[in-house]
Amino acid sequence: MMNKKRGLILREVCNLIVPAVLLYALYVQFHGDYGPGGGFQAGVIFAAAVILYALVHGREQVEKVFPPNVIRYFVSIGLLLYAGVGVVSIFMGGNFLDYNVLAHDALHGQHLGILLIELGVGITVAAVMIIIFYVLDKFSE
Amino acid sequence: MFADFYNYWVVIILMMLGFYIVISDSNLIKKMIGLSIFQTSVFILFISMSKVDGGTAPILAEKFTTYSNPLPHVLILTAIVVGVATTALGLAIIARIHAAYGTIDEDIIHALDDDDDSHGDED
Amino acid sequence: MDIQIIVDLCLLTLLTVTAVILLRVQNLLAAVLLSGIYSLLTAGLFVTLDAVDVAFTEASVGAGLTTVLLLGALAITGREQSVKRHSRILPIAVITITAAALIYGTLDMPKFADPNAPIHTHVAPRYIEQSGEEIGVPNIVTSVLASYRGYDTLGEVTVVFTAAIGVMLLLGGRKLKNKDNDE
Repeated sequence: MMNKKRGLILREVCNLIVPAVLLYALYVQFHGDYGPGGGFQAGVIFAAAVILYALVHGREQVEKVFPPNVIRYFVSIGLLLYAGVGVVSIFMGGNFLDYNVLAHDALHGQHLGILLIELGVGITVAAVMIIIFYVLDKFSE
Repeated sequence: MFADFYNYWVVIILMMLGFYIVISDSNLIKKMIGLSIFQTSVFILFISMSKVDGGTAPILAEKFTTYSNPLPHVLILTAIVVGVATTALGLAIIARIHAAYGTIDEDIIHALDDDDDSHGDED
Repeated sequence: MDIQIIVDLCLLTLLTVTAVILLRVQNLLAAVLLSGIYSLLTAGLFVTLDAVDVAFTEASVGAGLTTVLLLGALAITGREQSVKRHSRILPIAVITITAAALIYGTLDMPKFADPNAPIHTHVAPRYIEQSGEEIGVPNIVTSVLASYRGYDTLGEVTVVFTAAIGVMLLLGGRKLKNKDNDE
């Protein structure tokens, strides 16, 4: 993956597509309850947009926006969010990962719990895929 | 009977093709690709077991009463993500093997190892 | 229903053809791209089999990310051709015996898409009927994945996390000096 300047069509099409793909990733993340989707798919689509930008414009450009030192923390933040929701349910009186006690009502508690853990899953998966791409690209230089 | 089991038999053929690539090809990356074909064909087997005649996708809606079984879908979703995790790790190991031996052909690596063993210690 | 069976048969035939071509191809770049095609055809097959969440995941992860990872590995190791050296009799014998055993095993399975198969009558109806009241989320797969079987999903995220740690440990340190040349 050498860092030479790509052709004009590739760069312009990439600039058009990447914002749409990022927005689609957010849509898939938060509409996983009402249609197909959820955390895994959204994380992978987000990472795919970042990887596309890195392939066309060079890894140095993307590393200004998504620096590896910060993404490394996001890998753990998603998993901590997931486990944290479980621990918070213990403090609020239920079992581990029991969402009924998270809000005033069982149904609202379930909605809130599912939203939070899917967010955790999405953050971790996106960060993991971006980090694996960075590491592979750096090793091949 | 052919129409009842056609899905399963084609899946078994795909599984065996992937398995053949793993055991007979000497290039490490081709082996990873064969492994991924094997995994994906097992997923097709599970998902075809979960289909219900006349059912629809397992998303609750007012017009439908019969849904396909959602439990194998959950299992296979997890399996797909675990599969990509193992593929990524396997490819990292292949990259290190290439840096250590200079090649990713299994026969050449075994020959280099035998040479090193007969000459002395090799970590 | 007829058009569904025709689409099913076409996709399965295309999958077999792709797998056979993958077996014989020697250029690694072609093999990687063929595996992306295989994953995409599988995603289409999943949609015909009513598994929309799984199709989504397979298309994005299999056809998208695995192809990128394999291309990244190819960039590191170079596009060597894969050469076949061994005789093929033993592998063919092994897979024929295994295939015969597995086909003999499938003769006892329930018919394809039978609504009265045991898999559909024990645990699944409880999830389908009560997921609406207990959780209130229309997507049953999300409610099972995130709420009923949330603990397994925690394990799955841990596996992905471990893969990232493993790759970072293997490849993230100082680059080893190559024995022959430096790029």
